[in-house]
Amino acid sequence: MIFGVMIICSIVIGISLLLLVLRLLKGPTTIDRVIALDAIGVSLIGLIGIFSIIVDTAFYVEIILLLAVLSFIGTISFAKFLEKGKIIDDSSKK
Amino acid sequence: MNQNNVILNTLTYVVFFMIFLFSIHIFLAGHFAPGGGFVGGLLMASGLLLLYVTFDLETVRKMLPINYSILVAIGLLFALGTASIGLVAGDAFFTHYFNHFQLPLLGDSELHTAMLFDTGVYLVVVGVTMMIIESIGGDQ
Repeated sequence: MIFGVMIICSIVIGISLLLLVLRLLKGPTTIDRVIALDAIGVSLIGLIGIFSIIVDTAFYVEIILLLAVLSFIGTISFAKFLEKGKIIDDSSKK
Repeated sequence: MNQNNVILNTLTYVVFFMIFLFSIHIFLAGHFAPGGGFVGGLLMASGLLLLYVTFDLETVRKMLPINYSILVAIGLLFALGTASIGLVAGDAFFTHYFNHFQLPLLGDSELHTAMLFDTGVYLVVVGVTMMIIESIGGDQ
């Protein structure tokens, strides 16, 4: 029962990942591509969570947390780069 | 700091300590579970990178006055010192010792000398990554 539900969920997430990759490739603006990249990270977290339920182990939880941290920092850096033009401010050079 | 991004600042105060604790957890979970010094050091470096992105270079240098080249040197000294324990004790270079100890709160725990070597790896990875980031980010 739970196995079938997990298979269906992973298929749905896989379809959404394919559509997100399509958006990442042909997105009209850079903002679209950044949002697609962030959504790919969130979908991957969900997919790893479902895989962790299927194989019945808790080792993947740390990988989920690691991926969440990296995806968060990547999205913040992209947003700051698009907004300010540079990622790390340097106040001493002004 | 002429901009006023309240959401990012408030988020960084919380998330930085979460990343720091997760890095310590990954570092201590090594040897029997996925983790170890290298991954923990990279996570710590990404947490410091979050500070650099949120505040500017000068503020973080004032907040954490760490000379990262000295950190790399301390890490290499840890690694070399751990490897030389075997020479002093009369065994081969890089010999690995471990034993079971009864610790007050943790109970029966297994302590390794590989842990000290991993501490060196952690410090070296944090130092080298932050040196690279500082030299790229500070050069305009």
